[in-house]
Amino acid sequence: MVDQPAVLAEGLIKSYGEKRALDGFDLSVAPGSVHGLLGPNGAGKTTAVRILATLLRLDGGRAEVAGLDVARQPALVRAKIGLVGQSAAVDEVLSGRQNLEMFGRLYHLGPAVARRRADELLDYFGLADTGSKAVKSYSGGMRRRLDLAAGMILRPAVLFLDEPTTGLDPRGRNEVWEAMRALVAAGTTVLLTTQYLDEADQLADRISVIDTGKVIAEGPPSQLKSTIGGDRIEVVLRTPAHLETVVGIVAKVATGEVESIVDDRTVSAPVSDRVAALTEVVRALSDAGIEAEDISLRRPTLDEVFLQLTGHRAEKKEEVAA
Amino acid sequence: MTMVAPAPPSSPLGRLRWALADGWTVTRRDIIHWIRQPVALIVNLAFSVMLVLVFGYLFGGAMSVPGGGNYREFLLPGMLVLMMFFSLESTIMAITEDKSKGVTDRFRSMPMSPSAVVLGRATADMLMSVITLVALVACGLAVDWKINRGIGLALAAFGLMLLLRFALLWLGIYLGLMLPNPESVAAVQILVWPLGFLTSVYAPPETMPNWLGTIAEWNPLSSTVSAVRELFGNPGIGGDSWIAQHSILMAVLWPVLITVVFFPLAVRRYQRLSR
Repeated sequence: MVDQPAVLAEGLIKSYGEKRALDGFDLSVAPGSVHGLLGPNGAGKTTAVRILATLLRLDGGRAEVAGLDVARQPALVRAKIGLVGQSAAVDEVLSGRQNLEMFGRLYHLGPAVARRRADELLDYFGLADTGSKAVKSYSGGMRRRLDLAAGMILRPAVLFLDEPTTGLDPRGRNEVWEAMRALVAAGTTVLLTTQYLDEADQLADRISVIDTGKVIAEGPPSQLKSTIGGDRIEVVLRTPAHLETVVGIVAKVATGEVESIVDDRTVSAPVSDRVAALTEVVRALSDAGIEAEDISLRRPTLDEVFLQLTGHRAEKKEEVAA
Repeated sequence: MTMVAPAPPSSPLGRLRWALADGWTVTRRDIIHWIRQPVALIVNLAFSVMLVLVFGYLFGGAMSVPGGGNYREFLLPGMLVLMMFFSLESTIMAITEDKSKGVTDRFRSMPMSPSAVVLGRATADMLMSVITLVALVACGLAVDWKINRGIGLALAAFGLMLLLRFALLWLGIYLGLMLPNPESVAAVQILVWPLGFLTSVYAPPETMPNWLGTIAEWNPLSSTVSAVRELFGNPGIGGDSWIAQHSILMAVLWPVLITVVFFPLAVRRYQRLSR
């Protein structure tokens, strides 16, 4: 029983008419860990969370949360989970405390216990001072923290966070991250969906990358990053004349495939040691007498991650075929 | 402190107890709204009172009631029914807002009674309707509206109005679940207002062009208006058509019909949220 996953999904299928939102989605989350579900808009992240949180019926496959079958025992599952959705699902007119008390009562806590728990959570999420004010007057970050608090009322076995920082300013995002780190330290199992690579990187123990309703890569962030190459170096040339030479130079420091785009006069590649790679490329360029318009180091965008991941798969298939 | 949710009840009686307790918690949310925003509540009531005063005094002088009688005494029952109808908007708004902000999803992901969301909404809206009726009746009594046939029939009249409100609840919940966001409620208002005016509320249908009068007479609101006028003993009842002659019967039948159609539709729509 110790090794039983807190969240388990096997071959989940969900269709909306012709479109398959989930197409054989698999997931296993160890108790007490944070699992990131990373993918672009429309990849199926929210659909997966909504099925696991008993909000959507599944069309195929099997899902368990806290050892309970989501399709067969939804009422029991609901007593074990907390859900924090994409918008702050709290009452704007009520105060923060009144919101938490109301949700506490709906979890069937007695009036006194609900009040005590509301105060505890306001304290915990740094909202004690503003607990009596109407939620309307809260900042985006405060709303999301109240939203998190509402999801934590029962100390759920599994907390679902569906893009908890989407639409927040950097300050609000930091506030929410801090609150989430505290939850994680307290041992809550969290399934976190996000479009941001750095968010998954910062918070998750393991990441599943999801695209068109399927998991296309899974592993700890460090492993995924080395697969996709982590940082990238990008050289923009003045003229495309020396493109081939530059590809050669960059290839020496690259940890993956070097990409060159003639029209943009750009050469880019994944690198592991940022500073060493940059120094090496700058020196080699100056030795060869090639003028660069721009040289930069940057994190891969989600698009590049997907390109990389699907690219690798295609390569593997070719190897097998050969 | 342990924080364990009690297991969901398995007996029908236990489920009913949860539904009532959770429903009341949801209703209390609206009551807290009224207490925290007394101005919004007062403005809402003042709007209804203002309509009575505007129509009663501004237009009242130019209006004549067939068969004679005071226009304000003719008007008030209509205004009471009209307010029951206009509160349809607040039901739609509340449902749409909760749905679009994710509050409905939060409720659905919690181990609360599934019927409590609707039960709580219904109780809160009915309570607000009673408050509106009380405020308007007080205003009516101040502008010499009278209950002429005794308190028993008057209570029956209030019963008919709340029955209509109850029926509109399901229409409101259905429409609220259909609409994608609170902004689209404005589109429904465009339909609601003509329906509210195309009745016997302000003017007797006999005074309208034939075809328009027939539509107004068959408007479910008109049946309740006529029935309520009759039960209060206010002027303006009459008309020779079948529907005008059977207003009390129709004031029961229309709401029952609306409920029979829209209650299952609303329930189905709610269940379809999990599609």
